[in-house]
Amino acid sequence: MTHDLSLPGAGGAESVRAPQFKAPSGAPVSDVDPFSIEFFEDPHRIHDELREAGPVVWLGRHGVWAVARYQEVHDVLHDWQTFCSGRGVGVSDFAKEKPWRPPSLVLETDPPEHDRARAVLNRVLSPAAIRELRARVTAAAEAKARALLDKRTFDAIPDLARAFPLSVFPDAVGLRQDGREHLLPYAGLAFNAFGPDNELRRRALDAAAPHIAWVTEQCRRENLAPGGLGAKVHAASDTGEITSQEAVLLVRSLLTAGIDTTVNGIGAAIYCLARFPDQWRKLHADPSLARSAFEEAVRFESPVQTFFRTTTCPVRIGDVELGEGQKVLMFLGAANRDPRRWENPDAYDIARRTSGHVGFGSGLHMCVGQLLARLEGEAMLGALARSAASIEITGTLKRAYNNTLRGLESLPITIHSKG
Amino acid sequence: MPRVTYVHPNGEREELDVAVGMSLMQGATSHGVAGILAECGGNAMCATCHVYVDPDRLDTLPPISADEDALLNGAASERRSNSRLSCQLVVMRDFDGLVVSLPERQV
Repeated sequence: MTHDLSLPGAGGAESVRAPQFKAPSGAPVSDVDPFSIEFFEDPHRIHDELREAGPVVWLGRHGVWAVARYQEVHDVLHDWQTFCSGRGVGVSDFAKEKPWRPPSLVLETDPPEHDRARAVLNRVLSPAAIRELRARVTAAAEAKARALLDKRTFDAIPDLARAFPLSVFPDAVGLRQDGREHLLPYAGLAFNAFGPDNELRRRALDAAAPHIAWVTEQCRRENLAPGGLGAKVHAASDTGEITSQEAVLLVRSLLTAGIDTTVNGIGAAIYCLARFPDQWRKLHADPSLARSAFEEAVRFESPVQTFFRTTTCPVRIGDVELGEGQKVLMFLGAANRDPRRWENPDAYDIARRTSGHVGFGSGLHMCVGQLLARLEGEAMLGALARSAASIEITGTLKRAYNNTLRGLESLPITIHSKG
Repeated sequence: MPRVTYVHPNGEREELDVAVGMSLMQGATSHGVAGILAECGGNAMCATCHVYVDPDRLDTLPPISADEDALLNGAASERRSNSRLSCQLVVMRDFDGLVVSLPERQV
């Protein structure tokens, strides 16, 4: 680990690699690279250092600000006038660099134009709309749990965390059968692209063309089954609420953010339940805890680790003055374990009251698909808890590397049936 | 501090002092009131902080926004004429003595 952290007046950092960007005076400085393999392997110690360094910290490697405490992350998420999304929510500043794809109409916009597009997705993914999917998603989860119980030993990432969302989400959107294998690489690319120009991002962009081509084609109205979420987005163009081109881009948002996120959320929950047997026993004894077990895993692992904002004017955080046009990196995962906000934050506790965690973000850009994610998580964990008596890790796990998403590549587990 | 009573479906009552400026949802979750989930944390996105407000006090509350109205249509328990999302009700001085009932289920 080559990171170093210093407070002003504490003698300065002796970093192995000199920061590329000079620190503004008076600000705590860190040489951490939150887009490095070392960081992905163990972010928690560094999260702690960033939280303790101050309310805002300068990351010299990338020339950006970081907030890692719950309060500051929450405040930045809720102050869109000062911390905008329209200049991109990755390292890249859209005011200075051309985005790798046409910007999202929701994620990478600000009010008022954001609100018009967001209203369509709010409706398509509303509590009432998601309720209609409940029976289908629950039945698919029960079938998946039965099949896994027959297998007993399997890799929980491809066989469960990926397989289950892939068995419900593409059908819910109304996607064509052919080409669905492009979904995860496309999402992986989009989440890598929020990071800096590192090897992960470059490699993803080098391989991007076929995935982009399939997704672009799939977002068109004629390629979406009637009655699905995609068709419902397009229906909003019939009333003039959005244009048909905007509908295409909004369906792209569903495909970008609707699958890899739930894969990593469910993967996180399985990883937690396999690691903490007392919590599995609690869930097994009362499967109605499935929904909170999933929610707590989203807090505990924070599958979406980070997002950026860009300052629209000079602003003060604590004693530090940030200039206009500066990137601010929000550590959602660190906020979700901030001891200032959470009691015993490093414990996975399925009975915890998780309301207020920022694993789905907060404020006007908060995850619009959160209800579908919770439904998938609840259904899958509930089905497992009802059918399996135990779950244990029986092999070497492997972490997946992505500039934004936290999750595993491989998690060999064994489950046993009741009795 | 205004005193608000939360009534559980089994009739059990919890009387809480909720600070002016906090939402009825925050008042409940910060005191650990079961039955208010607030999964979205107060962002008006999930309809899991549904309450039935004392009908006599309904007119004194701020009006329902279009977003809240749409969310209430998807609430897990029956929507009634006195249904509100407690995250959208920010406590003012005249909330003192307000009684809200919790629905059977939030999801």
